[in-house]
Amino acid sequence: MEKALEITSLKKTYKGGFQALKGIDLSVKQGDFFALLGPNGAGKSTTIGVITSLVNKTAGQVKVFGHDIDQALETAKSFIGLVPQEFNFNQFESLTKILVNQAGYYGVERSLAHKRAEKYLKQLDLWDKKDAPARNLSGGMKRRLMIARALMHEPKVLILDEPTAGVDIELRRSMWDFLRELNKQGITIILTTHYLEEAEMLCRNIAIIDSGVIVENTDMKSLLAKLDVETFVLDLKLNSPEPKIEGFCYRVIDGHTIEVDVKKSQRINDVFMQLSEQQIDVQSMRNKSNRLEELFVSLVGSGAHVAAQGE
Amino acid sequence: MSSARNMIALKSILHKEVHRFMRIWVQTLVPPAITISLYFVIFGSLIGARIGTMDGFDYMSFIVPGLIMMSVITNSYSNVASSFFSAKWQRNVEEMLVAPVPNWVIVAGYVGGGMTRGILVGCIVTFISLFFTDIQVHNAWVIIVTVALTSATFALGGLINAIFAGSFDDISIIPTFVLTPLTYLGGVFYSISLLPEFWQGVSKVNPIVYMVNAFRYGFIGVSDVDLTVAFAVLGVFIVSLFTIAMMLITKGIGLRS
Repeated sequence: MEKALEITSLKKTYKGGFQALKGIDLSVKQGDFFALLGPNGAGKSTTIGVITSLVNKTAGQVKVFGHDIDQALETAKSFIGLVPQEFNFNQFESLTKILVNQAGYYGVERSLAHKRAEKYLKQLDLWDKKDAPARNLSGGMKRRLMIARALMHEPKVLILDEPTAGVDIELRRSMWDFLRELNKQGITIILTTHYLEEAEMLCRNIAIIDSGVIVENTDMKSLLAKLDVETFVLDLKLNSPEPKIEGFCYRVIDGHTIEVDVKKSQRINDVFMQLSEQQIDVQSMRNKSNRLEELFVSLVGSGAHVAAQGE
Repeated sequence: MSSARNMIALKSILHKEVHRFMRIWVQTLVPPAITISLYFVIFGSLIGARIGTMDGFDYMSFIVPGLIMMSVITNSYSNVASSFFSAKWQRNVEEMLVAPVPNWVIVAGYVGGGMTRGILVGCIVTFISLFFTDIQVHNAWVIIVTVALTSATFALGGLINAIFAGSFDDISIIPTFVLTPLTYLGGVFYSISLLPEFWQGVSKVNPIVYMVNAFRYGFIGVSDVDLTVAFAVLGVFIVSLFTIAMMLITKGIGLRS
């Protein structure tokens, strides 16, 4: 399958000497739903900046659908739709004008651009604001406007830098559905996010970047399989006796809540059986934290990447 | 990108630019009209009547071309300087930078927008001047070519100013400390032949002298400078400023990290 994006030995050193990217390699297949995760300052936005030519690279190669940005920048750009992290549209222009002008920069005729603007404004529930100046929109609406703008030239790859930052849960889920639908239509999607749940829910493949180095690049299932221990929070019936669970590491939080660590080699069923034998009823159970988050912390914490990269 | 697509991109930038200054016409079109009307009233009608003739023409007829040119220069420059800097400041310039728009299209689009405003204001000022004097046209082609080249020159200057500008203050420094003095000393209100020989020589270093005089020649048929030299100066400025603007945008100065 053709590669939507291929990055080789990409380096970026900013004026002043800060090395944001230390030679990263990354490959995204056509049709993929790909997550690029990392803490603040890890190099996510710099990577996106280089791909979209907003940041000049120091060294390395970037190809978009086989087109090298050093040799065929305009062709490479024509495949990409970008939803940046910061709002970067003219706040005084109407939504329709923003979208139609953006389409024009990609060579889309004005009549066709108006039709597409209507299509995406309706799909993203912004149609009733079409003539309003963009500054009048709420934060969530502005994010959706940037998604609509990125789609106006019908790109083959959509890059979203923290697309749901500051968006409420209901809206975030509707945006997830929208992105899933775009991906089903064949658009390759690359997103960076701080919401690890978002990456786990949406993405098939993932790369984790920390301090300008890719510390992990694999498919989501393999990544989650690396997690050896999962912590469950069990809510017990009120006035239950203090539980004793043999063979498991557990903590009693209060009179009716316990946390139990379950290794991959163990079965959560054994915990229930032991509690049942002690006449303790479990009323509910949940994961203590997002599994991906645990893995993320273990990968980017304490310089784990140094060993991974052999540096 | 094909030339047809480049033309659509160019039209989009032009459309955006013209729409911008038309949307805020109270700030962009009305003030120059009022300012120039005041010049006509004060320098033309009130003081001008006591001055008598200049180069054989009544003072009002003499200063009208210069005042029109002054408004074209100021508005071409400030339109591009403020629009491009706003696009940088709001970061919506990135809309163009991420798109497959060649750099020359970006330059041409903004310069075209600046020229449109400069020439439109020039037309408004010309219309107002009709209330104060009869305008004669000696050579319409000289008028058209001079105004087009001058507005392009200063639109390019405004673009370069905006590329380097880091704050809104930076886009008012050049107009205040460079453009205004050069314009006032550029023969708008007087013939440089009135100056002592030394200051005539100094004045000829000022490029605005050539633009104002070429434009005035188009109206009343007199000029302090050779027309060929005037067009050569304009040509050199346009080529130089376009080359600088292209180089800056290609390198991403002030635009890319």
